Amino acid sequence: MIIVREEKLVEKKEHPLIVSVSPHVRGEETVSRIMWSVNLALLPVFIMSVYYFGPRAVYVTGLCVLACVLSEYAFQKWLRRKVTISDGSAFLTGLLLGMNLPPGVPFYIPLVGSVVAIIITKQLFGGLGYTIFNPALIGRAFVLISFPKLMTIWYKPTSAFVGLDATTTATPLGILKEGGLGQLLEIFGDKMHLYEKLFLGNTAGSLGETSAIALLIGAGYLFYKRYITWHIPLSFLATVGVLAWIFGGKDIETGKLIFFAGDPLIHLLSGGLILGAFFMATDYVTVPTLRKGQIIFGVGCGLITMLIRLKGGFPEGVMFAILLMNCFSPLIDRQVRTKPFGAVGEKKK
Amino acid sequence: MADIATFERGIHPRYHKELASGKPITQASLPQRIVVPVSQHIGAPAKPEVNIGDEVKKGQLIGSATGFVSSPIHSSISGKVIAIADFPTSAGKMVQSIVIEGDGKDEAVEFKENPDYMSLSSDEIRNIIKDAGIVGMGGAAFPTNVKLSPPKEKPVDTVIINGAECEPYLTADHRLMVERSKEVIEGLKIIMKSLGVKEGHIGIEENKPDAIEAMRFAVSGGSNIKVWPLEIKYPQGAEKMLIKAIKDREVPCKGLPMDVGVVVQNVGTAVAVYEAVRFGKPLIERVVTVTGKGVNEPKNMMVRIGTLMSEVIEQCGGLVEGAVKVISGGPMMGFAQWTLDVPVVKGTSGILVLTEDEYVASDDYSACIRCGSCIDVCPMGLNPSILSIYAEKGFFEDAKENGLFDCFECGSCAFVCPAKRPMVQFIRLAKSQVKP
Repeated sequence: MIIVREEKLVEKKEHPLIVSVSPHVRGEETVSRIMWSVNLALLPVFIMSVYYFGPRAVYVTGLCVLACVLSEYAFQKWLRRKVTISDGSAFLTGLLLGMNLPPGVPFYIPLVGSVVAIIITKQLFGGLGYTIFNPALIGRAFVLISFPKLMTIWYKPTSAFVGLDATTTATPLGILKEGGLGQLLEIFGDKMHLYEKLFLGNTAGSLGETSAIALLIGAGYLFYKRYITWHIPLSFLATVGVLAWIFGGKDIETGKLIFFAGDPLIHLLSGGLILGAFFMATDYVTVPTLRKGQIIFGVGCGLITMLIRLKGGFPEGVMFAILLMNCFSPLIDRQVRTKPFGAVGEKKK
Repeated sequence: MADIATFERGIHPRYHKELASGKPITQASLPQRIVVPVSQHIGAPAKPEVNIGDEVKKGQLIGSATGFVSSPIHSSISGKVIAIADFPTSAGKMVQSIVIEGDGKDEAVEFKENPDYMSLSSDEIRNIIKDAGIVGMGGAAFPTNVKLSPPKEKPVDTVIINGAECEPYLTADHRLMVERSKEVIEGLKIIMKSLGVKEGHIGIEENKPDAIEAMRFAVSGGSNIKVWPLEIKYPQGAEKMLIKAIKDREVPCKGLPMDVGVVVQNVGTAVAVYEAVRFGKPLIERVVTVTGKGVNEPKNMMVRIGTLMSEVIEQCGGLVEGAVKVISGGPMMGFAQWTLDVPVVKGTSGILVLTEDEYVASDDYSACIRCGSCIDVCPMGLNPSILSIYAEKGFFEDAKENGLFDCFECGSCAFVCPAKRPMVQFIRLAKSQVKP
């Protein structure tokens, strides 16, 4: 083949055209839109936390958010990397960490938790997309283990926006663990009152975990936006519910285990379960990507949660359950595969 | 929903068909000069049969097929061969091309007509199609006669005409179905005859109600051809997806439609087949949609093969201020052009011009956040997320084990990716690094 470039044959025109690989149109979804939407979904939860725990809620959460965003900024500046604080993910970590702390913690707990969450758990692993563990939960686990006393002082919620009630108390799960259902009912009156308070959030607990209704509104928004699917939350909650029903029942007098007599609703509505199942166990980066794997993940979270709640030393196990299952995410993703189109080669006639 | 067929997953991009869907096909003006690449199809390039200085007529053979999977090329104007050399093509490569300077007379060779074309034998039909240089006109440009020659062990029982036209913006097939529905049907009948097949289908996305109506009208009269409205979903027009939607058969991995007894042909191809078999006309022109916000007057034009894109765009009022990207084909799978001096070839279904505000930079991407959106849309049921990560890290063998070569690069994953990762680019990189 003779290669003759006849430049004059085809008239040269200068077009500053952009060349790139297809596709040439893109959807509107962006990482930062997703992250800010999740932040928005936590707004009702935050409002309820302020309602019940007053200015302390703003103080603790604000510290977390500020510390998370600043440590991400500082770390990325230091490494001369692109600063990504505007994508909303550091803000979200801070918000989630705040929602997971008791209202009365001293200022250094949010700070330490945030630095551990952002620098150690997120940035040292490579930043958004590369984390193995949920940053907010590692931050919380770190401060829980480092300051066990301070992290387990719970305050009674007060009525509307007043501030912290000085009365400390145990969380419903704590009472259930120590004193059993009998004592829990003694405090709350009857089961309906208990459910009602758990549902609205008028119980002691971490800032954002108490109000089931606020959490469900936020989760509903995420479902509506299709940012989360049912797979993890449902399998997580269902496992907890079933296990609570089977193994959660105790004879009030003797404390002996009675099978199939537990109250699933108490376990479902209390502690950090709803917050964890809808907002933490659905963190894209640290959970399996395939739907089948997500169900395995959810069931695993439920199992560990109930194992800790019923048999472990802590009254609550959601945090450790999610963190432990985070370890398995890569393994689950490796074992579960999608079914490619035409893989079986079956011919339907 | 009873009669609306589709496949699993897929995406819903904005279609923007309204820019050109109402524009009847107009004849492009006679080009002064054409550049005809010897390789416009999948397979062996054609061998030039003319020399510099030769006079040629419209429809004259200028390059012959060089094997079974190959296709001849013809001149689309009358004039003189002035160069045989490498020129850029719309696929981004330099390809040997025959350049013909027109004499303005537009004299044609004599075409061999067949008024009684339905009495031709299968072999006769295949030979006419081969000699006419007909290739798949949906974009892939696979020689049509090869598709019509399935081996004995793979009996074909169904022919599907692909009128889905799922690529956003493009309306060429739409217009053909509206304006030349009878010819599409005749083309289909000829293809069915050559394959000895009794069952014919036409799949059309629901966003072309006038095309569905026209085709239904054209087939009315108790024939064995059925028109299927399809869900508006990309990539509905991919062969495997179309077969799944209409016949509920899954082409096996690495397989061909004929493995499940189906042959799929594009609307434009059906018309070209009809014209070749009935009138003896080789494939020397095709309908091209010139569209996008970056072009002044979007049009559907009958353009002669070899006409330079710059000339076609000129006839559509030229580019607007702020046009930044010119694409040969549709926005999902088309090729971005670095120069407009490339010829329209047999597989050029559209010329799309995007403006600055439609253009999305893909160089600014971030790490995969493993949201799984791509898995939810991949029509091939793959895990594009992991493929892109393997390719990014250089684990090409792992990518291969995860179905790399089942990917046909439809771009759905890249479309939905919130991290704006260049998924198709990653996948092509991996494909280039390992053997299938």
